[in-house]
Amino acid sequence: MLKTTANTEKLHNFSKVCEILDKFDRQPSKIIPILQAVQEEYRYLPEEIMTFVATSLGTSPARVFGIATFYSHFSLEPKGKYIIKVCDGTACHVKGSSGLVETIQRELNLSEKNHTTDDLLFTLETVSCLGACGLAPAVVINDKVYGQVSKQRMKELITEYKTMEA
Amino acid sequence: METAILEKIQEDFKNRKSCLSHRIVICAGTGCIANGAMDVHEALAKIIREKQLPLTLSLKEEIPPGEEDPILISKSGCQGFCQVGPLVTIEPENILYTKVKPEHARDIIERTILAGEVITELLYKEPQSGQSCKNHEEISFYKRQNRMVLKSCGDIDPEDINNYIYSGGYMAARDMVLNKSPQEVCDIVKEAGLRGRGGGGFSTGRKWDLALKQKSPDKYIICNGDEGDPGAFMDRSVMEGNPHSILEGMIIAAKACGGTEGQVYVRMEYPLAVRRIQKAIIEARKSHFLGENIFGSDFSFDIHVMEGAGAFVCGEASAMTESIMGRRGMPRVKPPRTAEQGLWGKPTVVNNVETLACVPLIIRMGADAFKKTGTTSSPGTKTFALTGHVANTGLIEVPFGTTLREIIFNIGGGVLNAKGEIDNNDFKAVQIGGPSGGCLIEKHLDIPLDFDSLKSVGAMVGSGGLVVMNKSTCMVQIARFFMKFTQSESCGKCVPCREGTRQILELIDDVAQGRGTQKTLTLLEELCETVQETSLCGLGKSAPSPVLSTLKQFREEWDAHIEMNCPTGNCKDLVSYTIAAESCKGCTACVRVCPAGAISGNRKEAHVIDEQKCIRCGACVETCRFDAISVGGRV
Repeated sequence: MLKTTANTEKLHNFSKVCEILDKFDRQPSKIIPILQAVQEEYRYLPEEIMTFVATSLGTSPARVFGIATFYSHFSLEPKGKYIIKVCDGTACHVKGSSGLVETIQRELNLSEKNHTTDDLLFTLETVSCLGACGLAPAVVINDKVYGQVSKQRMKELITEYKTMEA
Repeated sequence: METAILEKIQEDFKNRKSCLSHRIVICAGTGCIANGAMDVHEALAKIIREKQLPLTLSLKEEIPPGEEDPILISKSGCQGFCQVGPLVTIEPENILYTKVKPEHARDIIERTILAGEVITELLYKEPQSGQSCKNHEEISFYKRQNRMVLKSCGDIDPEDINNYIYSGGYMAARDMVLNKSPQEVCDIVKEAGLRGRGGGGFSTGRKWDLALKQKSPDKYIICNGDEGDPGAFMDRSVMEGNPHSILEGMIIAAKACGGTEGQVYVRMEYPLAVRRIQKAIIEARKSHFLGENIFGSDFSFDIHVMEGAGAFVCGEASAMTESIMGRRGMPRVKPPRTAEQGLWGKPTVVNNVETLACVPLIIRMGADAFKKTGTTSSPGTKTFALTGHVANTGLIEVPFGTTLREIIFNIGGGVLNAKGEIDNNDFKAVQIGGPSGGCLIEKHLDIPLDFDSLKSVGAMVGSGGLVVMNKSTCMVQIARFFMKFTQSESCGKCVPCREGTRQILELIDDVAQGRGTQKTLTLLEELCETVQETSLCGLGKSAPSPVLSTLKQFREEWDAHIEMNCPTGNCKDLVSYTIAAESCKGCTACVRVCPAGAISGNRKEAHVIDEQKCIRCGACVETCRFDAISVGGRV
C-alpha cells in the first residue's frame, strides 16, 4: 500500500492550508483557486484537507467534493513525481497519440485503470488539447513540452527520466 | 496617480527604437519555446556580449551614452508557424530564419549582423518547389493570409506595454472612454457587423446593447479564454502574444455596456498565457488604464484573472459564470441570457478572446473599413488552427469567405500522405469546428468559409480548428474520438446529453468492434437527432454533429465496418495482419518489436503472424522496411 503513505506529517499540519485560505480571504466563492493552491502543495487533494477547507469556508464537504470531482484538474489520489501528459487533441490524435499512450502504458506497466506507477514516480494522463497542435503529437512531462514525439522517442524519454532518478 | 500620456510614450519609444542598429526577434510562443527558443535567445545574447557589441534586452532600459546603436533582442508572441520553429527575425534587413538552434547563434551574429550576409541554410524552403524564402513576405504560408488580429502577435513584445502603445494601442480605448457615449460604442460595433469568434457567431454589438439596456449598478465583462476545443490554439496565441489587445477590447466593452468589473477566464493548461495577462493587467493599472477613473475620466473598470480547472463545458457562458462563482460549471436554462442575468445575477457580457482583440482594430480602422474584408454576413477575418496531415501546420488568419482549397493547398502547402510526402490526391476530409463541427469533403473545398455557409453544409466555424485528414484516417474512429470527448466532458445535468452521448458512444463502439448491423446505424442516426434537439446547452446540442456528418459524407465506410472491414486498418477488431511471403526477407526486425511474441519464422525465411496472439498494435508494420506486412479486413 505504498500509494497511501503520502507525507502524513504534512497532512496533519494545517498551517499551510490556513495560509492558502487566508490568501483568498476565506471566501467560499474562491473555492476553485483555493483547491488549485492546495493541490499544488500536496500534488493531490487529501480527504482530510478537503473537509478542513469546507469547515473553514463554512460550506458543506459535499460541495467541496462536488467541485473536486467535477473539474478534471483535481485529483483525489496522489500523483507521481513526473506527470506525463499526452495530448489527445484532434491534431495529435490523427498523428498517433494513442500509440504513445500504449507505449507509455507498456513501458511503465500501467493500464486504463492504473495511472500511477507503484513507486509514485510517474503518472500518465491524457489531456484534450495542449494548444501546441503545430507540434503534434505533443507530450508534456511536468512543465516541459516535447513536440513531434515518436514511440521510439517516448521510450527514450522515459529512460532518461528513470536514469535521472536512479 | 497620473494617467500615462500615450503620445509621449509613442514618441519616446520611437526615439529609442531609432537608436537601434538591429532588432532580433525571437518567437517565444509555446511551440517555439518547446523547440528551444529560450536557448537560442541565451546563445545569441552570449555571443553579442562576448564580442562586446552593445546589447539591450528591452527598450524600456535607458541607453547609456556612447552606446547609441545597440542590438535589441526581443521576444515575441506566437508567429503561427510553430512547425519550423524556433523562428528568428532580423531587422532592419527583414530576414526570417527557421529551425534555429543555439549552435547557429555565432553564425547569425558574425555573418548576418556584422557582415550583412544571408545564411541560406537557415532560410525556409517551400516544400513543393524547394525555393528558399528570405522573409515572411516570400513564404506562401504567410503571403496568402490577411493577418489583422494576429498581426501584432509576433511583432510586439507581449511583456512590454510601451511596445503595444507604440503600435497604436490604448488609443481606441481612450477615445471611447473620453469621447463617446455607451450607445455610440455599441453602434460602432453593431455597424461593423462583428460576430462572436467563439463559434456561435452572435452579433457582438447586439449582445452589448442588451447588456446596456439592463438597469443594474454592477455589470460584468468576461473574456472567455477557456479554449477547450481539441485542435484549436488561437486564443492561446493571442493571450500570449498580445495580451494588451484583449484588455483594451474589454475596456471598450465595459464602456459600451457600463461594465464595472472584468474577469479573464483562462485555462490552467495555458500557464504562459496566465502569466502574461497578469503582467499586462499590472502594467495597465500602473498606467491608469485600469482601476478608478481610467484615462482621467469618471469611468472606473478593473480586470481580474481566473484560472479554469479543466472542464470543457465551462466555455459555455452560463457555466462559466457558475465556475467563477465557485460552483460546478453547469449551464442553466436560457432565457434569461447571461447578458441579462449572469455573474452574481447581474448583467454579464461574455466575449471570446479573438472577438475582444478585434474590437480595438474596428475602432481604429472604422466600421466601414472593417467591413471591406470578409463577406457581407460575416465581415472581418478569422483565425484557424490548421493542423493534421498538411505540409505547413500552424496558426493562420484569413478573411471570411476564403475557400478551404486555398487554405489547405496554398497556405497549408498541400496534403501529406501516410509516408509524410506531399500528395494532394490523398486528401480525404477536413474536420472543422472541433467537437461541435463536422467533416467536409472534396466537393466542399470551394465553398466560401463563413458562419452561414458552413452551417448550411452541416459544419460550423466553431472555435476554428481545421484538421486535415488523409486517406489513412478512419472516419468511424474520428466520430468516436469526438464523441468520447463530449461524452466525458458532459456536465451531466440534463438527461439527453448525459445518457444520450454515452449511448451514442456505445453504438459507435459496436460498429468499430464488429457488433454493428444496419439497425445500429439507423438507431445511431435517430439518437443523434434526439440529443441534438433536446439537450440543454450548446455542448449537447452540437455533440452529435461530427457523427452525423461522417455518417452523411462517409456512409460507405460505416457500411464497410458493418461488414467487418475497416478499410483504413484503424479499427483493431476489424483487421488482421498478414505477411506476404514473397516480400518478406526474413530480417527478423518485426519479431524483435512484436510485444506479444506473435510473429515467428526462421532467419532469411518468410515469417508468419499468429492471429490469436496478435494484439494489433501495428509495431511490425512500422518496422518492416520491405512493405511486406499488410493490414486488411477480417473477412
